[in-house]
Amino acid sequence: MKCVKTTLKGWREIPEGGAITEPGSSVNFDVTAWRTSSPVIDQEKCTKCGMCFLYCPDSAIEIDETGNYRVNISYCKGCGICAKGCAPKAITMVKEGH
Amino acid sequence: MVRRIGISGNYAVAYAVKMADVDMIAAYPITPQTTIVEKLSEFVANGELDASYMNVESEHSAISACVGASLTGARVFTATSSQGLALMHEILFMASALRTPIVMANVNRALSAPLNIWNDHSDAMAQRDAGWIQLWVRSAQEAFDATVESFKIAEETRLPVMVNMDGFIVSHMYEPVELPDEEEIRKFIPSRPLENRVSTKRAHAVGVVGPPEYYYEMKYQAIDAIEESRPKIKEIDNDFNSRFGKSYSEIDTYGIEEADAALILMGSIFGSAKEVANALRRDGKNVGVISLRVFRPFPVQELRRAIEGIRAVGVVDRATSPGGSGNPLYNEVATALYDMPERPVIQGFVAGLGGRDIREDDFRLMYDATQKAAREGAGRCIYVGLRE
Repeated sequence: MKCVKTTLKGWREIPEGGAITEPGSSVNFDVTAWRTSSPVIDQEKCTKCGMCFLYCPDSAIEIDETGNYRVNISYCKGCGICAKGCAPKAITMVKEGH
Repeated sequence: MVRRIGISGNYAVAYAVKMADVDMIAAYPITPQTTIVEKLSEFVANGELDASYMNVESEHSAISACVGASLTGARVFTATSSQGLALMHEILFMASALRTPIVMANVNRALSAPLNIWNDHSDAMAQRDAGWIQLWVRSAQEAFDATVESFKIAEETRLPVMVNMDGFIVSHMYEPVELPDEEEIRKFIPSRPLENRVSTKRAHAVGVVGPPEYYYEMKYQAIDAIEESRPKIKEIDNDFNSRFGKSYSEIDTYGIEEADAALILMGSIFGSAKEVANALRRDGKNVGVISLRVFRPFPVQELRRAIEGIRAVGVVDRATSPGGSGNPLYNEVATALYDMPERPVIQGFVAGLGGRDIREDDFRLMYDATQKAAREGAGRCIYVGLRE
């Protein structure tokens, strides 16, 4: 899934009281700037158990067409839960900027 | 047909709420407000009012329940005083920002410590920045009329409205009150579904996080709404007047046309202030009074117009802002008048804290000090009647 960055709305355009009237609006929210480290998956070690996919609180782990698990970096805030939950230790958290 | 009955200020509010056909009342008893919700529970128990009555465990829960119910489109009411209002504090800001048209009667009472159940304005003044419309009444009749108007003001602006009434002096005073037909009241404020409310029929999230990219814009909506409420409050009062023959402007004045000095105040002390002004005028002293009925939105233009030609005003605060540049009402008045080309001298007073009566001599002192300020300039705030 591709993160759609929407233009920020002005106060007149926002529904009254700041209500969110469309479902699924969190897909528009890019959290890249929150991260200090990001997960890197070693596909050799990965057993495709899917624990990272289940644990990720932001649904940032996706399954590609070949059946491999991938990180959608727009939604990853770098919490490291996927790495902690990975039994074969296939996920390494790598500091941003290294 | 109009009925004229003898009831207290609190009962006048309860009758107005009943006639407004509210859907839900959430309340927690507190002196001197208790008899409002007591009367309402009676109306519900007797089957005279078809509303859901929620007994909650605190005022924090009372206002929270009101916010939730209001978000579904229900017409809701709560009442409180003093510590109860203070306990509602954090939710008051949510009520205005989430645009819930809640009507609340706040029976003004001093804040602890020391514990005190009597009247002053410190409870409401401590909530002045919560984004609520604040009306101030001076009699049981005004309490009834303002409560009726409040439902319409709240629903048309989608802002919460606080009707302030002096504890005991108005809330427990029995006076003749004219009650119009319930049917006429319901024609004035028909129940109608509010748009943009929470419903099981569509996806809708309220009370969401407003990150730095959005908080400012969301907050500004409520700021704009209260600014835009000014003409609406006038229109609604005109409509009320055409139906019920009573009208209330943002400010009320007495004897200011020829006055060189005037007191500015809120609430029930307007009556005493008028009496004393009258006596002083008979002695050739040109003094008058200005009373504010609407405190939020603050009636800046109306006050400026009223003040024209007056050389000195004395602002009577019944609340304090310790360590501030002035007390709450003084600060509002001073800011409103500051950039007038010929602004009057402004003398501050604090009087009537914690239910201390403001007597004739106290008013004479305040009028004299204001007239003196006209001649010699204003001095520091005078704490009227304070024992050394």
